[in-house]
Amino acid sequence: MSGDHTSSVISAQVRHVEALLESRGLLDNGEIDGRIDKFLTRGSPANGARITARAWVDAGFSERLLADANSAIREVGLSMAGGLQEQRLKVVVNTVEEHNVVVCTLCSCYPLALLGPSPSWYKSEAYRSRVVRDPRGVLREFGLELPERTRISVWDASAESRYMVVPRRPEGTEGLSEEQLAALVTRKGLIGTAAV
Amino acid sequence: MADLAPGMRVRTRTADPDGHTRLPRYARGAVGVLVEEAGVHPLADDRARGRAGTPQPVWHVRFAAADLFGSGDHTVTVELWGEYLTPIEEHA
Repeated sequence: MSGDHTSSVISAQVRHVEALLESRGLLDNGEIDGRIDKFLTRGSPANGARITARAWVDAGFSERLLADANSAIREVGLSMAGGLQEQRLKVVVNTVEEHNVVVCTLCSCYPLALLGPSPSWYKSEAYRSRVVRDPRGVLREFGLELPERTRISVWDASAESRYMVVPRRPEGTEGLSEEQLAALVTRKGLIGTAAV
Repeated sequence: MADLAPGMRVRTRTADPDGHTRLPRYARGAVGVLVEEAGVHPLADDRARGRAGTPQPVWHVRFAAADLFGSGDHTVTVELWGEYLTPIEEHA
């Protein structure tokens, strides 16, 4: 499995190419960092929370989200097309019967545009290797004890899609506005390592 | 490559290639069920070797944990290129 890349050969090669491009005037100094920063400032778990809140209050949106997430999130002004090419988004929904949790066992693929930079535990070898084998145990360590009757579905982001979980709407939230509902949703909830 | 369709049972390939692959080791040589197509993309193994790669369908393939690890009551759904998959002949 791949881990930290900062001192690897490929990192050195990338830095070398970046320096060459800058010295030849093809790239401004720091342009790549600037572009990455610009991309990441748009990415935040608040986006995933907005999608979730809309899915909770609008059954039609929820259906469209599960059928074709890329199209549906445009309804709330979001998109997976912020990078070089649009990435496919797969949204899965938690129910009493089924709990979903996302991992990238091969590296650390993550929906940056919707959730921002990934948490360090998501990139850790411990999480990546263990959650596919013993999700119930790993979720328990996150403080999430699921009923025995709830099936667990692990999704491995091993190719080109990115994944987001819609957590279950908490009980007793009937009176809340969409905005108030969005404020309940956490990054862990959108990955599947917390209830909400 | 065989025609693939949702619901079909497939076996993943067992070969361990020299270079990059997106077939995780734990899912090698395992039997799973096709859930749905997840777009069409050039094979990552080719791209990592500097080749353009012919675009081919990628699939969400669902495995029972017990089939992968010998225990567990959960499922693991992995996203796999069609080239990694061989349909299993169903005997009536």
